[in-house]
Amino acid sequence: MFEFCAEPDTLGRIQWLSCYLTTGKHMNFYWSFLTVLVLLAITAPTALLFGFGGATAARSAFAPLRWFGKAYIAIVRGVPDIAFFLFFVIALDQLFEYIRHRIKCPDWVDPIWQGNDFIVCTAAKLPLGNAPQWVHETYGFFLAVLTFAIVFGAFAANVLYGAMQAVPRAQLETAEAYGMSRRQVFRRILVPQMWLYALPGLSNLWMILIKATPLLFLLGVEDIVYWARELGGSINERFTDYPHGDWRIWYFLGLLIFYLAFTRVSEIAFDRLTRRLTHGQATIGGEAMRKAAT
Amino acid sequence: MMTCWETIQAYGLRSIGIGERLLPRDDFTLCQQFTLIGSGMIWNLYYGLVAIAVGFFIASALAVAKGSANRWLRKPAEWFIFVFRGSPLFIQFFFAYFLFLSLKQYGIMPWLTSAQAGALIVLILNTSAYSAEIFYGALRAVPKGDVEAADAYGLSGWPRFKRIIWPTMLRLAWPAYTNEAIFLFHATALVSFSGFPTWGQRGDALYYASYFADKTFNPFVPYPILAFYFILLTLTVIAIFGRVNRQLNRHLPKERRQKMRLRMNLIR
Amino acid sequence: MKKLMLSTAIAAFAAGAAYAESHSVVRMGTEGAYPPWNFINDAGEVDGFERELGDELCARAELTCEWVTNEWDSIIPNLVSGNYDTIIAGMSITDERDEVIDFTQAYTPPDPSSYLAMDAGLDVTGAVIAAQAATIQAAYVAEQGWTLVEFPTPEETVNAVRNGEADAVLADKAYLEPFSGQDGLVLLERSEMIGGGVGVGVRESDGELKAALDAAIQSMKDDGSLNALIEKWEVASTW
Repeated sequence: MFEFCAEPDTLGRIQWLSCYLTTGKHMNFYWSFLTVLVLLAITAPTALLFGFGGATAARSAFAPLRWFGKAYIAIVRGVPDIAFFLFFVIALDQLFEYIRHRIKCPDWVDPIWQGNDFIVCTAAKLPLGNAPQWVHETYGFFLAVLTFAIVFGAFAANVLYGAMQAVPRAQLETAEAYGMSRRQVFRRILVPQMWLYALPGLSNLWMILIKATPLLFLLGVEDIVYWARELGGSINERFTDYPHGDWRIWYFLGLLIFYLAFTRVSEIAFDRLTRRLTHGQATIGGEAMRKAAT
Repeated sequence: MMTCWETIQAYGLRSIGIGERLLPRDDFTLCQQFTLIGSGMIWNLYYGLVAIAVGFFIASALAVAKGSANRWLRKPAEWFIFVFRGSPLFIQFFFAYFLFLSLKQYGIMPWLTSAQAGALIVLILNTSAYSAEIFYGALRAVPKGDVEAADAYGLSGWPRFKRIIWPTMLRLAWPAYTNEAIFLFHATALVSFSGFPTWGQRGDALYYASYFADKTFNPFVPYPILAFYFILLTLTVIAIFGRVNRQLNRHLPKERRQKMRLRMNLIR
Repeated sequence: MKKLMLSTAIAAFAAGAAYAESHSVVRMGTEGAYPPWNFINDAGEVDGFERELGDELCARAELTCEWVTNEWDSIIPNLVSGNYDTIIAGMSITDERDEVIDFTQAYTPPDPSSYLAMDAGLDVTGAVIAAQAATIQAAYVAEQGWTLVEFPTPEETVNAVRNGEADAVLADKAYLEPFSGQDGLVLLERSEMIGGGVGVGVRESDGELKAALDAAIQSMKDDGSLNALIEKWEVASTW
């Protein structure tokens, strides 16, 4: 990065450190923070979408759909996320390629599973074999988002299902009395009103989601914990210009501060959101705000 | 070739060092995978049960401390809860192992570096922090009328806490606490991914699952078996905690009990 | 007759084209955490003996290659699932692995595994031996009936000896050698002959890629450039 970094052995402490902290490897480390943040930002709404679908399905009047919704919630919630992550990404990838294979190469005769090998036609490969590396990485990232969304979507579905049930019946009955159809009640009353009841559960879920990110390396995404271990481990002067002993404790300390700060910021944001949603609601909190205002 | 019954006899208690010493090395059968992964579940159960049992009392104390007017009690409790709830368990394991190793070098409590002691302590502290937050929320939700009624009966201090506030708090917190118990059991699966080593191939369920995944090169069998065991465990936890919940609420009229169940879905 | 020959030629050409199309880019899978075999250098790129070897093999086989890293635990499942085309990660050729994937001929000869300990006179038979989980070394220690203690990464196994958790660590000699002499760590005289040579792993259905790499390895063996590489990185004994 800097001119004087050509010969690190000769440098003073501060300069050495400034060179050390700007190596390409460290840039990957800093980049991974962004990766994690972007992943969280995409996963949260996606998981909410899955959750919404799951909760709606679980409330459906159509029995098979209801069973599906309830089974999705029960099974995924019953399994530790780590157990899912260990085989789910490969399974998803094979599923997608299998579907594409069926569509793109209908006259393929060879079996898809040859012994242990999973072989689809070249056109069905995801991403295509000759795609540049960034496409592969983006695809891996997309699979990680999808896996996270499926797992946390089940938890979100559980929260939203509870929240839909918690909306006071009187409000729904009033809407019906105004002549709204079932669908209208759902869209205009139930969904807008349920957020208040869902918020405590969703904020908790968000905190759990943040703290699941160290498992990203199982999904093939090089996350902050991966790089912290890689950079912190002791390294011999044969393999680097910056040999050092076991520095993992310092890197993990940095991660600890990052996670604590991120949690704190999220807490504050959720507090604000709760206050906004509580405003004007017929709950203890809303009543307290009304009294404080008058 | 062993029959399945022989396999269970040989490996059913392998995770605690009883039975065949060598793990299977070829011709991996489904029976072997079910048996050994199930055997590993013994440790997951051990971590989960001990952590819940001990964590429950620590959490109660922490919740009271956080609600205390004395800032020398309140501040440490708040920080403890914040640090353990705000950081990934993975990182907590790392720091704990590092700390216990340093202690060992000075000859202090060398047994803490084993997963069965060290990782258990981390899990206890972790669940204490999460449960304390739940209990604290419930403590603040105890109806004013209950406390006033206790005062009217002349109860105060410890007897009032023990007989009125604490039972009510528990009743309010129970649905959320059930969820915490489920999460805790799931967290025990992380132990073999922590820095704590595995001695003599006596590992937890995930250790054996990844052993088979590594030997058969096929992740689609052992990990779903692991998932199956955890679903069973989760259902058991829900059944037991549900029974306790009914016990806690048995004095309430029916429709109010119904309401309690809904809260379960709201908070973690 | 002529027609027949022509159609065979076309078929051969078509097969060659399909091969060229599917392997216009060969993705090389490695771990990136096992110096000197493969590691991530300061610039954040894959480096080491296998990086140099792999690039040379690709040049000789006229392939365009791209490097990817993957966790050790899932390195074989991801190969058979088609996420990359080769494993070039210091992987010993063993019978179990050979059942699931194919290996090219070995590019390093079988080498003994060594012990690293704090005490040169240690008797390993009664000692606590550290090894990376799911390695041939861990399996070996378990088989001997010694006290085995397993860690997820190789780094932690060496640390375990440093801080007294274990008496010795059993691993590839090339991996342990750089540590010897640091903080009082020494290599023991005793070594174990476990595992075969190291080869490139490919899918069983990928015969042509295997043949191409095999030929490239043979040509590197023949002209001595492979031995020069092995000596440069001190990974193993030479051929």
